[in-house]
Amino acid sequence: MIDQFTPPTRRQLLTMIGKAGGAAALYQAMTVMGHAKDSQFTGPPQLSGAKPGATVLVLGAGLAGMLAAYELTKAGYKVQILEFQGRAGGRNYTVRGGDTIAEIGSKQNVTFAPGNYLNPGPWRIPYHHRTVLHYCKELGVQLEPFLQINHNALIHSKKAFGGAPQPYRELMVDWKGHVSELLAKSLDAGALDTAVTAEDKAKLMEAMRGWGVLDKDMRYTKSDHVGEQRGWERPPGGGINGAPIPNDPSSLTETLNSGVWQTLGFYAEHVMQTTMFQPKGGMDHIGKGFAAKVGKLIRYNTRVTKIAQDDRGVTAAWTDTKTGATGETHADWMVCTIPAPVLNQIDFQVSAEKKAAIRALPYGNSVKIGLEMKRRFWETDHAIYGGISFTDQAISLVSYPSAGCFTDGPAVLLGAYPFGPGAYMLAGMTPEKRIQTALEQGSVFHPKEYKAEFLSGATVAWNRMPWILGCCATWTEESRAAHYQNLVSMEGRIVLAGEHCSYYGCWQEGALLSSLDAITRLHQRASAA
Amino acid sequence: MTGKIRGAVLALAGVTLATAASLATPGFAQDRPGPGGATVEVSTEGQEVYEQICQACHMADAKGGGEPGAMIPALAGNANLADKDYPIIVVMKGRGGMPWFNGVLTKEQIAAVITYVRGHFNDYHDPVSVADIDRIVAANPPVPECNTCGH
Ligand SMILES: Cc1cc2nc3c(=O)[nH]c(=O)nc-3n(C[C@H](O)[C@H](O)[C@H](O)COP(=O)(O)OP(=O)(O)OC[C@H]3O[C@@H](n4cnc5c(N)ncnc54)[C@H](O)[C@@H]3O)c2cc1C
Repeated sequence: MIDQFTPPTRRQLLTMIGKAGGAAALYQAMTVMGHAKDSQFTGPPQLSGAKPGATVLVLGAGLAGMLAAYELTKAGYKVQILEFQGRAGGRNYTVRGGDTIAEIGSKQNVTFAPGNYLNPGPWRIPYHHRTVLHYCKELGVQLEPFLQINHNALIHSKKAFGGAPQPYRELMVDWKGHVSELLAKSLDAGALDTAVTAEDKAKLMEAMRGWGVLDKDMRYTKSDHVGEQRGWERPPGGGINGAPIPNDPSSLTETLNSGVWQTLGFYAEHVMQTTMFQPKGGMDHIGKGFAAKVGKLIRYNTRVTKIAQDDRGVTAAWTDTKTGATGETHADWMVCTIPAPVLNQIDFQVSAEKKAAIRALPYGNSVKIGLEMKRRFWETDHAIYGGISFTDQAISLVSYPSAGCFTDGPAVLLGAYPFGPGAYMLAGMTPEKRIQTALEQGSVFHPKEYKAEFLSGATVAWNRMPWILGCCATWTEESRAAHYQNLVSMEGRIVLAGEHCSYYGCWQEGALLSSLDAITRLHQRASAA
Repeated sequence: MTGKIRGAVLALAGVTLATAASLATPGFAQDRPGPGGATVEVSTEGQEVYEQICQACHMADAKGGGEPGAMIPALAGNANLADKDYPIIVVMKGRGGMPWFNGVLTKEQIAAVITYVRGHFNDYHDPVSVADIDRIVAANPPVPECNTCGH
């Protein structure tokens, strides 16, 4: 009951709508009110009243699997999880000193100093990934800002500036300067008179002058105003030499060659926009948070080899990877989160359509390389605090740690994170060679310090992780149209879930949203059965 | 073809620059490296293409690896490669966990690397040509059905 005479607060109103019309109505109402358009998350599922004794078998203890187990347990199901690895979390993974990394074909011992880590998989969480953020809060996972954009980080292209990296700030300012000048020129020449009204033309000219920092002749030239955006030859100071001296903008050709427009486009994507977060101390705190709730339900080192079902229940056959023992686990229902490259090799009793869908889902590849440096020279010597420097070499980027700015002692850089051909090139090397290559290529940004300050490295090539054989599902428009619904449909007593069963590919948000959708449908079917 | 390829492929003297749009910017905006990772140069020479691309998964000795039920197929001593159409289809279209390389590698690179794998890690010495690839593209056969074809 709310008091008729005081208007309800927004929150009260939403609670009322939620109670009256369920989650879908709540979502719609929030959207109308201008909120929540950025996520399909409507709050944790309100599942309850599982049939007494009903059981669910979950395959895979990644985030999708553990969330399913967590919510289904709350709803009253008896849940068991089978997990290939000796660790929960799946791709939600962090490596620290003392850990070993077991790829197919190699083994590394990580020797990072205490507190230092590499997130080989997920590393950042956009502010609108509400499902991830919700469960972080619920599980007590502490988040801190992830420093996504750094205007003082660098962009390197072999084809621009003789291969010398340039600050993102300078390239970005030069880009809009040159584009503004060109647009102003064509407007002035009447080239766009059929496309814009006289009034808009005047406004556009004014906008280009201001936004592009053009001079009185509408040209992008060296000036104090340009210096105020792109930085200085001599920065402002005090006393007799206080006056700043601007430097020369780069030419249009060099600015184009740098490819800076791609960086601008990248940061403009919804999923790359700030505010960005990361768990304090490593991404695996999310997996650990879930494992604190459902860890006792997990049978580790258990590789599922066969999945069957009939009208009474489901059966997973498995091999214990430590002892070689084989066994079977039965349940009434199943949530299967095994990634497609492995699932398509398992004897799986489902329809030809679902099998075809699983087979039509290749995984991209990716490699990460962590480089532990003796000191934070990027901060002390170059005023780079977090953020990303981009390069067109195989490593793709160098990313500076978001946490621990201004501290002394060793710190870990992300020394490589490529997709595509660069990822295959690095993955095909031994871990030692990969680290060596990352040092060579990353030196382009910090030639004086990079090799001299290096302590140790650690690397993960996702295609060589024995439990996934890839990075993330690669969908195309065509494969979505042909197979997506067949992949996510509940068939008999089995439903699939995970990153690959979502339109949020390669995000933890997708794994969690897919899991919530899958268990909601499972619960409906189990309740009706 | 399975993949819709947006990347342009530029041929330079002896080296090609592959814009791997299909793999570097897959589908909806995934977490990914961003602009830097879009382009690197891949050799046109068969052995080097193998070392730069294929060996990431199939390993330096082409023997693959993994555990039963989670295997990377071996290419060495692989009877499926006797018919050269088989590797062409798989490389062009992908199969199972393996993505397609159409649009990532040029036809020349694909012909060169299949010739190398068939001749070096197997005993099949008839070369694969760009014309073979064009023939497969025109016929557009389905991806062969077999589970972990390389065993
Ligand atoms: C390089 C990289 C960068 C990424 N960056 C980000 C990012 O910045 N932000 C973000 O939010 N997301 C990111 N992601 C995506 C995110 O990691 C995934 O979307 C999410 O973790 C997937 O969860 P899942 O539960 O679907 O699958 P997984 O975590 O892969 O879980 C599957 C589980 O199944 C187990 N399994 C496999 N085979 C078997 C078997 N035969 N029997 C039993 N168990 C089996 C596996 O061991 C694993 O534990 C990134 C991923 C990668 C690889």
